[in-house]
Amino acid sequence: MELILEQLPVVVGALNTGFLQTLRLFFITLLGAFPLGLVIAFGSMSRIRLLSLSARFLIWIIRGTPLMIQLLIIYYFPGLVLHSPIWGGGESGRFLAASISFVLNYACYFSEIYRGGIQSVPVGQQEAGLVLGMTRHQIFFRVTLLQMVKRIVPPISNEVITLVKDTSLARIIALQEVIWAGQAFMKGSHGISGAIWPLFFTAVYYLIFNGILTVLLARLEKKLDYFRI
Amino acid sequence: MAILEVEHIQKSFDRTEVLKDINFSLEQGQVLAIIGPSGGGKTTLLRCLNFLETPDQGVIRVNGSVLFDADDPATRSESQIRRKRLHFGLVFQSFNLFPQYTALENVRLAPELLAKERPDYHANKAAIHEEIEANARGLLAQIGLADRMNSYPHQLSGGQCQRVAIARALALHPDILCFDEPTSALDPELTGEVLRVIRALADKRTTMIIVTHEMAFARDVASQVLFIDGGRICEQGAPQEVFQNPREERTRQFLSRFAQE
Ligand SMILES: Nc1ncnc2c1ncn2[C@@H]1O[C@H](COP(=O)(O)OP(=O)(O)OP(=O)(O)O)[C@@H](O)[C@H]1O
Ligand SMILES: [Mg+2]
Repeated sequence: MELILEQLPVVVGALNTGFLQTLRLFFITLLGAFPLGLVIAFGSMSRIRLLSLSARFLIWIIRGTPLMIQLLIIYYFPGLVLHSPIWGGGESGRFLAASISFVLNYACYFSEIYRGGIQSVPVGQQEAGLVLGMTRHQIFFRVTLLQMVKRIVPPISNEVITLVKDTSLARIIALQEVIWAGQAFMKGSHGISGAIWPLFFTAVYYLIFNGILTVLLARLEKKLDYFRI
Repeated sequence: MAILEVEHIQKSFDRTEVLKDINFSLEQGQVLAIIGPSGGGKTTLLRCLNFLETPDQGVIRVNGSVLFDADDPATRSESQIRRKRLHFGLVFQSFNLFPQYTALENVRLAPELLAKERPDYHANKAAIHEEIEANARGLLAQIGLADRMNSYPHQLSGGQCQRVAIARALALHPDILCFDEPTSALDPELTGEVLRVIRALADKRTTMIIVTHEMAFARDVASQVLFIDGGRICEQGAPQEVFQNPREERTRQFLSRFAQE
């Protein structure tokens, strides 16, 4: 116990650095996947058959395979198979590959949620807008959008919470996120070796961060509680 | 001159002909009641008038000018349709109020958006909004909802929602206000309040087309009745004629079913 207390400041410092990388991956994924998901959603609902088929094919592939395999393929395929290591070496290359894998993966999940949200708004809402002389643009932004948002906040919240934990998968390509940082103390890092407790301790980071997110997302849901659909 | 003239309207979905050669006209201040069995094409006719469906054939004229002519592609352009819709208002069976807006906001929204297209909007912004607001409040008071203006649709009863929907349609001052079974989605004890509002509009000589299964109401309020069955107008005339002395056997059968209920 005394030993742990002695090691704590060093470990926390290293884990903080790792968790910063976790957070970076988390926010980049959301920033990319929110808009890309909308593009894929509109693609999958398109009347142009080629477009909707391609979007659905992509969604099928991405949702049908583990994110871990997608990470490995996206990171190693260019270098090992095509002999053109486009990601560059080192941490920045790993981060780029991980970001692209995560954005693509989450965009596909989000797109299905968006599609459900869009399709769940009754056509009567659109028709009421049309009859009142509104443009399609006005109908989307003034009538449909908020109803859609209200519907998708709960399922999107679930995905966001899952994403926090999923970022740990980037460990597989040795991205130096918080799990990697915790594990390093087993082999030896910062003068500490053979310690497994730092790895277990990373759980605290996930718990606290997800706790904050849960509160924020619940607040957003509550904000939209003033009307019913 | 008739405010509305409908000539040879024909509409098919895939291969089923839902409207077959519909002709009628309506004078300013008149109320047209449309009755008939389910699936007869009543809703489709109202949707054609409001440009939610495009007729395959026929002409629609309002105040003498051609709004729609199936043979003239110029009258079918999407950009013009939005403005043309404003000649008509439509009250839906299921209200279709916007749930995220209060009663007042529901009534105000469309006039506010339209006002932005006025050339003098930026110069007179405050005055325009004040006028829209006053008009909306006046309409809600007129339908008896002065004290519920700030309620959201889910806080209102079905009858109150439908009255708000009527006010929302009136706010744009349509030439002709259409109703598609405005009381069919309501509990029986709530139909009265909606019918009273419509009756008051008729008394003020609002031009209206009302699709309804409320026969007593139709007979009372209508100046003209259309009986539509199988996509055709089977019978048309003054309410006394159609209800008391129907010429067609089909009309008689349809009405006797209602008499029994
Ligand atoms: N979008 C559509 N696609 C295909 N068929 C349709 C469509 N809309 C209506 N129909 C068909 O057109 C016919 C007329 O329908 P409509 O809704 O106009 O009848 P209605 O007289 O309003 O009936 P109700 O009294 O039940 O409301 C019906 O047979 C219906 O199935
Ligand atoms: Mg109908």
